[in-house]
Amino acid sequence: MNNQDFTFLVNMLKKNSGHILAADKGYLLDSRLGPIARKENFDSVDALVQAMRTRNDERLNATVTEAMTTNETFFFRDRTPFDLFKSEVIPHLAANRTAGSKVKIWCAAASSGQEPYSLAMIQREEAARMKGVQHSILATDISEKVLNKAKTGLYSQFEVQRGLPVQLMVKYFEKAGDLWRIDPSLQQHITFRKFNLLDSFRVMGQFDVVFCRNVLIYFDQETKSDILNRLAQSIAPDGFLFLGAAETVMGLTDAFAPVPGKRGLYVRKDKPAIARVA
Amino acid sequence: MKNCLVVDDSRVIRKVARRILEDMKFACEEAADGAQALAQCRKTMPDAILLDWNMPVMSGIDFLRALRKEEGGEQPVVVFCTTENDMGHITEALRAGANEYIMKPFDGEILSSKFAEAGLVSV
Repeated sequence: MNNQDFTFLVNMLKKNSGHILAADKGYLLDSRLGPIARKENFDSVDALVQAMRTRNDERLNATVTEAMTTNETFFFRDRTPFDLFKSEVIPHLAANRTAGSKVKIWCAAASSGQEPYSLAMIQREEAARMKGVQHSILATDISEKVLNKAKTGLYSQFEVQRGLPVQLMVKYFEKAGDLWRIDPSLQQHITFRKFNLLDSFRVMGQFDVVFCRNVLIYFDQETKSDILNRLAQSIAPDGFLFLGAAETVMGLTDAFAPVPGKRGLYVRKDKPAIARVA
Repeated sequence: MKNCLVVDDSRVIRKVARRILEDMKFACEEAADGAQALAQCRKTMPDAILLDWNMPVMSGIDFLRALRKEEGGEQPVVVFCTTENDMGHITEALRAGANEYIMKPFDGEILSSKFAEAGLVSV
């Protein structure tokens, strides 16, 4: 792909999603955009991008943005955040929320649903420790396609074997032909909605816990700062933020502080929840 | 270094599994059926056993039931690795004392993920 076409793609992606396509990620173009080029009857990925430059076709731009921003995930990805959710977050919320009230959790880059479903499984397993505190999970992603998959609750044999302990698989999944379907009663607590992190969070209300993992890495510094600062406004004063293992708030915002020794877990700096957790 | 006994009647599968497991720093032994596996366990109990279900002479599930009755036979972490992928087989394996369960086909990612679930490797 020539430089002008690549630059166009970089700018289009940044404008539509905030994602930064690094020069060394050019190898993704063929695998991600090849299927779209074929479906739209272009001879090549180059021809597809050249057409996008002249047409300014919003539908095509959205399709390409979606393909370039979709990343595979798995159940209990990275494990640690889910362990911390059990060991730190649940005890804090159980002690500081009243029975019958609803804890609000936001999975801000929910992808094909493994993260919100993992949290729903934990909530069910730990229900006794929640002391009557209820929960709801909002699962958003920029990609409608992955959300539609998430909503079905159907996963391939390959997907249910990545990160998911067999005991939980047996307990919360049933076989549906070649696929595996998650227990519909876990879906009741989850709302799936398309959402772009560049848009205002104000409509979302306030959350007790936000999972925003492995998505900031795709944004530039300015956008990362902006998202983190706006997240601070959307999280309860004693709430929690989870970032991906490769992500940090350092140099990006003063609104959050890492919880020492708890990788990926952050609290609001103005009212650190951890004082009461510890 | 931890030891893993790979039990499968397919030489190809044993070879593939061995390659992945050696990358994960396991020392591997092989057995082609349940009876061979039991004989080897009586000599040395491995830390882990990757176990096929359908094999001649003695099946994986019969081996597992026999193993758990052996002295020290409760020690090895047993991970089934089989084409049997219905809930009936999976629950039967767990009841017989399997620690994890892999449905074939598998790859290195699934194998290391399941070995992590079973506490054999850290994530």
